[in-house]
Amino acid sequence: MKLTPVITEFWDDPKLYTLDGYRSHGGYQALAKALKTDPDSIITTVKDSGLRGRGGAGFPTGLKWSFVPQNDGKPHYLVVNADESEPGACKDIPIMMANPHALVEGVIITSYAIRANHAFIYIRGEVPQAIRKVAYAVAQAREAGLIGKNIQGSGFDLEVTVHAGAGAYICGEETALLDSLEGFRGQPRLKPPFPAVAGLYASPTVINNVETIANIPYIIDRGVDWFRQFGTEKSPGFKVFAVSGHVKRPGIYEAPLGITMRELLDYAGGLRDGSEVKFWIPGGSSVPMLTAEHLDLPLTYESMAEAGTMLGTGTPMVFDQTVSVVKAVTRWLEFYKHESCGKCTPCREGTYWITGVLEKFEHGHGTVGEMETLHTLCGQIAGRSFCALGDAAATPYPGAMKYFANEFTAATHTSADEQFDPIKSYVFAGAVTTGAST
Amino acid sequence: MITDAMRAEMRDLADRYPSSRSALLPMLHMVQSSDDQVTQEGIAACAEVLGITEAEVTAVATFYTMYKFSPVGKHHIGVCINTLCGLLGGDAVYAKVAERLGATHNGPSADGNFWLERIECQAACTHAPVMTVDWEFMDDVTPQSAVDIIDRLAAGEEVWSTRGPKIRDFQATERTLGLASDELATEGNCVDEKMLAGLIVARQQAREQRGSDNS
Ligand SMILES: Cc1cc2nc3c(=O)[nH]c(=O)nc-3n(C[C@H](O)[C@H](O)[C@H](O)COP(=O)(O)O)c2cc1C
Ligand code: SF4
Ligand code: FES
Repeated sequence: MKLTPVITEFWDDPKLYTLDGYRSHGGYQALAKALKTDPDSIITTVKDSGLRGRGGAGFPTGLKWSFVPQNDGKPHYLVVNADESEPGACKDIPIMMANPHALVEGVIITSYAIRANHAFIYIRGEVPQAIRKVAYAVAQAREAGLIGKNIQGSGFDLEVTVHAGAGAYICGEETALLDSLEGFRGQPRLKPPFPAVAGLYASPTVINNVETIANIPYIIDRGVDWFRQFGTEKSPGFKVFAVSGHVKRPGIYEAPLGITMRELLDYAGGLRDGSEVKFWIPGGSSVPMLTAEHLDLPLTYESMAEAGTMLGTGTPMVFDQTVSVVKAVTRWLEFYKHESCGKCTPCREGTYWITGVLEKFEHGHGTVGEMETLHTLCGQIAGRSFCALGDAAATPYPGAMKYFANEFTAATHTSADEQFDPIKSYVFAGAVTTGAST
Repeated sequence: MITDAMRAEMRDLADRYPSSRSALLPMLHMVQSSDDQVTQEGIAACAEVLGITEAEVTAVATFYTMYKFSPVGKHHIGVCINTLCGLLGGDAVYAKVAERLGATHNGPSADGNFWLERIECQAACTHAPVMTVDWEFMDDVTPQSAVDIIDRLAAGEEVWSTRGPKIRDFQATERTLGLASDELATEGNCVDEKMLAGLIVARQQAREQRGSDNS
């Protein structure tokens, strides 16, 4: 399958991030078009396009917008989730750095469609470079009359606020993000009510991922048929895939949904010399791992679900034979333990216990009985936690056991570093062939 | 010290939002830009501007890892040790940097000029192993290149982010975060070879397609 740069098409233009640069490639044509149609028909177009959320869950975007009650007399809000902190996810930050106006144009069109007069872009605090680029784009759009009062004579008013977070993965969870944006600790809220009914400041709110919103101008400009020529019936469109790990050319590859991992690997130059795929994760550490036998599956929401995993953020991490699965899983659990917000017991206590037991395995001190303990602990977190972070924390271990139980058995007597010399996984020049310490 | 000018900026931030309390996270970044950490005086200023209690501000400040409660020094150094970066070499980078600085995780260097932190995934895994200086990207580091960067910072030399502007200092970045903007958007590189990897292949595909159409 061919690559299809759309959001990434003009990233080699060093002026793309400026208003003039973006406009020179057709930018803001979609907005002009949108402002001439009525908001409902934009929602219908996005519904018909079949666009699904790119933040991980794949919820149909147009459907989400249609849940916002109309003529309810309350202010409506759009909140862009630019918290990208999922381990392995690295596509929203590049979009904001290279093509911030696609996001800003998407924000204006979306706000118009859902009748929001104030939009917020919540960007994780650790990426000043993304924040300043987006802020610059917003400022330029405002100066050009694309944001503000009576945009292009349409009578539509919009304020856009760029907001920096302060370091907390849980603030990517949409309701935790809302609490954080209201100036509280970022802890998830009970659903229902859903944000579409009672979100930011208890008003109807749409929360969408950066890439989701960056798709909107292209869909409005080029139409549903154009969009649907890419991808599958259930997974239409294209995706900004970010391929990382032991490949020759890690990076951003935009392709139709349905491309296979083998094809993406091929574009990425294949694995580094002398390497083969041991395991890979289609979209963030919160979705179960796959192995070399899954490389020919189409990367779609439905096919990944059939394989027992999820497309997630669509940012595959690829690990070769030098990597210890026990060590990888332990490291991810250390992350979840660190990022658990502490609101509910299964996740707060469970991530603590799982991590402790996994660390024993990493050091070669696990027991066969503790493999069962880990299984039980994960079972007690999954489906019993307040938000999806708990489920995510319960994912890596069972996912790894499905294919690599033998490594955990070996970790009852041999440490991960003895099983797999860590130096061999390093990507510095020569590390794999010479095994030399740097 | 929280000056009157800083308080005025905090009030401006509060006015950006339909509900003033939404400005609390940016305001705490402003406190760090002024005091190099979250100080009691800064907490009191936030509480006063927002009309909430100091305990409420403290409860929020202690939740987020970017807020520090002792002086960070001139530069914040982060080394990503999440699975992908860590296993691809970030662990070795971290060890070497920690040794160079004489620092442990989330603590100051021996001379107090640097702060070291094992950081989680920075949304830059394609550029692993990743380091950050004052939260600006330092992509594709090795243990040696990481230490070189620190040596140059320590010597007061000019250092550029691989995808960002010239390095300033921790407090300057905190001001960028507080105001959610600065004057540096036009400075420095923001797109590199890895971000263009797919586009380069696609351009080549298109050329080959045209070539075969013509023949
Ligand atoms: C722990 C956790 C972290 C998340 N982090 C993000 C994130 O950084 N960015 C994002 O867009 N969605 C994230 N999500 C998913 C959001 O809750 C939400 O589904 C998404 O922003 C909706 O946007 P979409 O429909 O456009 O995908 C996260 C979910 C969980 C449970
Ligand atoms: S599952 Fe974890 S992150 Fe989610 S509410 Fe419970 S403690 Fe917080
Ligand atoms: S794991 Fe280091 S940037 Fe993602």
